[in-house]
Amino acid sequence: MDLSKTFLSWPVLRQFSGNDPLGRGTAARSGQTERITARTETADRVARSVCPYCAVGCGQRVYVKDEKVVQIEGDPDSPISRGRLCPKGAASKNLVTGPMRESKVRYRRPFGTEWEDLDLETAMNMVADRVLKVRDETWQDEDESGNKVRRTMGIAGLGGATLDNEENYLIKKLWTAMGAVQIENQARI
Amino acid sequence: MAEAHPVGFQWVMEAKLRGAKIIHVDPRFTRTSALAHTFVPLRAGTDIAFLGGIINYVLQNELDFREYVVAYTNAASIVSDEYTDPDELDGLFSGFDPETRTYSPESWQYAQQEHEGDTRQDMHEQRETSSAQQFGSHGASVSSALRDDTLQDPNCVYQILKRHFSRYTPEMVEQVCGVSPEAFREVCEAWTQNSGRERTTALCYSVGWTQHSVGAQYIRTAAILQLLLGNIGRTGGGIMALRGHASIQGSTDIPTLFDLLPGYLPMPSASKHPDFQTYVDSIRKPGAKGFWDNSKAYTVNLLKAYWGEKATAENDFCFDYMPKLTGDHGTYRTVLDMIDGKVKGYFLFGQNPAVGSAHGRAQRLGMANLDWLVVRDLVEIESASFWRNSPEIATGEIVPEECRTEVFLFPAASHVEKEGTFTQTQRMLQWREKALDPKGDCRSELWFLYHLGRLLRERLAGSARERDRPLLDLVWDYVPPEHQHEPWGEPSAEKVLMEINGYEIATGRPLSSFTEMKEDGSTLGGCWIYTGVFKDGVNQAARRKPASEQSWVAPEWGWAWPANRRTLYNRASADPDGKPWSERKAYVWWDEAAGEWTGHDVPDFEKTKPPSYRAPDGARGVAALAGDDAFIMNGDGKGALYVPQGLIDGPLPTHYEPVESPFRNALYAQQGNPTRKDYPRPDNPINPSFPDEAEQVAVFPYVFTTSRLTEHHTSGAMSRYLEYLSELQPEMFVEVSPALAQERGLEHMGWCHVITSRSAVEGRVLVTERLIPLRVEGRVVHQVWLPYHWGAGGMVTGDSANDLFGITLDPNVLIQESKVGTCDVRPGRRPTGPALREYIAGYLQRAGLDTGRRTPILTTGTAGSHTDGREADEGAQP
Repeated sequence: MDLSKTFLSWPVLRQFSGNDPLGRGTAARSGQTERITARTETADRVARSVCPYCAVGCGQRVYVKDEKVVQIEGDPDSPISRGRLCPKGAASKNLVTGPMRESKVRYRRPFGTEWEDLDLETAMNMVADRVLKVRDETWQDEDESGNKVRRTMGIAGLGGATLDNEENYLIKKLWTAMGAVQIENQARI
Repeated sequence: MAEAHPVGFQWVMEAKLRGAKIIHVDPRFTRTSALAHTFVPLRAGTDIAFLGGIINYVLQNELDFREYVVAYTNAASIVSDEYTDPDELDGLFSGFDPETRTYSPESWQYAQQEHEGDTRQDMHEQRETSSAQQFGSHGASVSSALRDDTLQDPNCVYQILKRHFSRYTPEMVEQVCGVSPEAFREVCEAWTQNSGRERTTALCYSVGWTQHSVGAQYIRTAAILQLLLGNIGRTGGGIMALRGHASIQGSTDIPTLFDLLPGYLPMPSASKHPDFQTYVDSIRKPGAKGFWDNSKAYTVNLLKAYWGEKATAENDFCFDYMPKLTGDHGTYRTVLDMIDGKVKGYFLFGQNPAVGSAHGRAQRLGMANLDWLVVRDLVEIESASFWRNSPEIATGEIVPEECRTEVFLFPAASHVEKEGTFTQTQRMLQWREKALDPKGDCRSELWFLYHLGRLLRERLAGSARERDRPLLDLVWDYVPPEHQHEPWGEPSAEKVLMEINGYEIATGRPLSSFTEMKEDGSTLGGCWIYTGVFKDGVNQAARRKPASEQSWVAPEWGWAWPANRRTLYNRASADPDGKPWSERKAYVWWDEAAGEWTGHDVPDFEKTKPPSYRAPDGARGVAALAGDDAFIMNGDGKGALYVPQGLIDGPLPTHYEPVESPFRNALYAQQGNPTRKDYPRPDNPINPSFPDEAEQVAVFPYVFTTSRLTEHHTSGAMSRYLEYLSELQPEMFVEVSPALAQERGLEHMGWCHVITSRSAVEGRVLVTERLIPLRVEGRVVHQVWLPYHWGAGGMVTGDSANDLFGITLDPNVLIQESKVGTCDVRPGRRPTGPALREYIAGYLQRAGLDTGRRTPILTTGTAGSHTDGREADEGAQP
């Protein structure tokens, strides 16, 4: 006889016979709840991460199963956030897995009216060609007073506040080496 | 703070539970106000008047923390008797040149400093190159001054401060800010009673504070107040900048900014830095104290990190390889240059200026006039799609078939699909582990930049041109051995972080502190303030010791620069003799028996330098810092109440009206910041203010401000494209008070539109008492509030509030004034199509702006004395 199908499983009985007299824990738990498992428990692995939104720097735990992000939770170990996330941080799984994310290079040719597809390597080569072309066309060795400037004012960049330090380091290093001084950031905005 | 930094706000709530009093000062009642004990509404753009009033209260009643002030600030320093205050010059400091609208700061110097060469700086160039931002980080290069420790000398900083702020009375605060004397007194009393030996008060601001034409001086005012009350360098005190992006602190430290190199070293200037030696000497003023004296080592190590073995002492470590600045190359200058066809190619790295930057129309018209644009983002942001769905398509200003900009949209890897460090708002680096590989063509910026650099170098291989040497000689080898066989392999972020940290070149031993950096080229390091993140060869930023298993300072979670210090200038948490100011506030102190500094945090002081240490004559740099010089990065070792050098718009903060204001400056004849950066062009109109005609000013009678919602993030690129967040806040809206709704016939939940001389944006009306009409200069002012998260893309679309702003910048740091402006508000939706531009043209005409006329920036000559000006004003204002 399956005891769980008898009146013995009624919450009110469990409440008085078990160790949950207020009926706010195990006594009130349904069979369905008993049978399901949290995605955080069945995940293949967990990565320790940091929320990508504001600058508070809340700790995140990123749960991965079958090479998909299945859940992102606040990290209770973090002395900054103590496991909490705000609505944005709590939605960051949606940021990573959302339907509007692009996964293919998009290309709009001059005077074009539609996006076109472009192979990633082709796109990288096209950008490299364009950088060198503009750099050559706009190169300045000296300013009007004859001071050395060795630069291009034809190429600019903006961004970095949501990138990693290592990425920003490469932006500044590459810009400086190719003679581009116009690199700017949300910190100016 | 509860709105924009909710999880950080839990600590404010924690403090509240433990008895702290919470005061919230904001133009609008928010979720923060709801949880504060006291909410003080004020007029947007008047914070210097408000805080200046509190400083006046402190000084008039001598409530400053005197021992702290004498020992650790420059209160006792004597200033040149040539200095003249705005009090006497109707809103200008001494040394003003009306031609260039800049100051020559000789008269601002400390008394004993002769007019040495580099105090005669070209302030015009400094404004152009945002050099105060560099100064802000490495301190004024002043040396110690003559002192009067009794603070009685009429030319000492304390007395100058007292005179300067004496105008900022409670009555003036009421007139300018619209804050009642009772509410103001409550704030003054709470702040001063909660500061001193036993108690400290923290000031938190969000970086809307920096988005003013006097933004740097806002922060300065906060610094003066907190220094006077002894709230800097101490636990529970401080000025907390709540920054808004995951690594915006990091992207300032390791800058993607035109005027800076990593570690706040300045980008070299064509005219000021002809060679390496001149460059280094311009950072460390000979004779000055402090850690900037080692700037040669910091620079050499950066150049070695960039150009490796090609950088030698003989060739000045390839200093000549660096491009040089010749003026303002900031983002707004660049955008205007795009409109003018001077810029050909533009990269956007996770940034959406079409929505997120001021004057959205200028941003989009600029992008429509490029040869090519590269956008790297998670989604198709408005800056990628401007050619097909921007508001200018509707107005006919951008026609896809005629727009020549070639656009590449590269999908980016998200924060969980790559590894690397973010630096959060308190300078803490936290390493993120990679959870999984990105899909499809999604790649990290590290991958994109590494391979772009590789392709450029491959194409230039064999070039004999001098201009190509910096690229060809660049150290660019970040792909780890296991991926080197792949032509498009992923570079290693840890390898880059190791270069940033620095190491001994011969042995590869990671440096543990920037004090190990050598000037001879035997070490390298890409960002000296980050040296130590790889201390002992361990990635310190990856440390995750649970909070419950360590002290309340939690030094073993992540790593904070410099040297894992969690509170800067914490030497000031002990008295001049090295003892804690009180047991309750003990943080860092001198252990006499052990002969070293110790405490809860890493001491921000040389570990074994005793409090009694006094430098021998002729000492310089670090050795010149006395045992009580707590502010070790400043040239005189003191916290700066008064800034003799480095600020473009004056050594002290002064209230100026916002660039667009319905009011006269009640304090001085000078209306706005006289040194502000202005772009006088027809495509950048500015709404009229005094001394324009009253009826022109009245065309835009209301004050508006913008801020964030909890559920959205900046331009919406990371929130409007998400289902949950879009559902939580689905639509653009405009908050108005019931009184304004009545005045303009606005209906709750109906439509309205907000108009400036740049554009009109529409949204749903939210009539709410969260906005309180204030009484300013004898009349009522209505303030309007808008969120700025919407654009044409994403799951929920709407007009962009940033389209309403023009471009006027703070002269010190070239940040735009985008937290206050004037506007009109009308019921119903705005016109669409070409009718929108006609509608704006009508406003321009009524405001007298259609002729290209601009409001004069200098107003001292036009108004006569302060009193006369006020009298004239009463008739002149609407």
